Amino acid sequence: MDRIGKQTKATRRAVVTGAGAALLGAAAPTVVVGPARATPEEMQATINKLVGDAKLKAGKITIDIPPLVENGNTVPCTVTVDSPMTEQNYCKAIHVLNERNPQPNVISVYLNPRSGRAAFSTRIRLSDTQNVTVVAELSNGSFWSASVNVVVTIGACLEDVI
Amino acid sequence: MTRALINVPTKAKRGEIIGLKVLISHKMETGFRYTTTGERIERDIIHTFIATYNGDEIFRANLHPAMSANPFLAFHAVATESGVIDFQWHGDNGLAARQTAKITVE
Repeated sequence: MDRIGKQTKATRRAVVTGAGAALLGAAAPTVVVGPARATPEEMQATINKLVGDAKLKAGKITIDIPPLVENGNTVPCTVTVDSPMTEQNYCKAIHVLNERNPQPNVISVYLNPRSGRAAFSTRIRLSDTQNVTVVAELSNGSFWSASVNVVVTIGACLEDVI
Repeated sequence: MTRALINVPTKAKRGEIIGLKVLISHKMETGFRYTTTGERIERDIIHTFIATYNGDEIFRANLHPAMSANPFLAFHAVATESGVIDFQWHGDNGLAARQTAKITVE
């Protein structure tokens, strides 16, 4: 009786593992192997390149992005920089960067006093839970930055392609 | 031809800050995806967007593969005078799209 019980158990396990292996096997050809991901260091290097010799200060930027995202393929993102938009003093550029997508850049926006407001909205892709960093360049040569952590349940770039 | 949607107010007061919204239908293929047979799918994205107001640049964006499909942008402009706001998209494989909107400033 005991033996039979064991046998049944063993069979069930075999079936379960077998099914698992079969699933893996079936999934293997469709698994998308991405290239090496950008790293926080790579993002930092990109920021250093943008900023150059200037000092990067924290503040002045509001990033409006959901803290928890279900689908990384379309993440609504609004960036507002606290800066006047006059001829003498305006926000020149806003760069959105990330740590863990294949590339650190997301979007770079260039503004001038005619833009009226140092703000824009868009939709971005995030491959994983990570920090999104925004760097803003003002016309007086100062650079400001802000970061926000976004938790992503299903990352972008991983859906199967036929 | 790529389909683009633009949203521009038809009338504005002089000096008013107006909101502009643009969306263009495009898959924004990242170049980081592979087919089931292991071939890499070539990058095909829109990389530049430029908005001009009577010929003067008001907004420019460099887009990277991390932009969602059907790139959407919402931004602002100062309504200085009546005229034409022109939107241009440039992409890989020589893609170029253009939309214009008339605005009356009182």
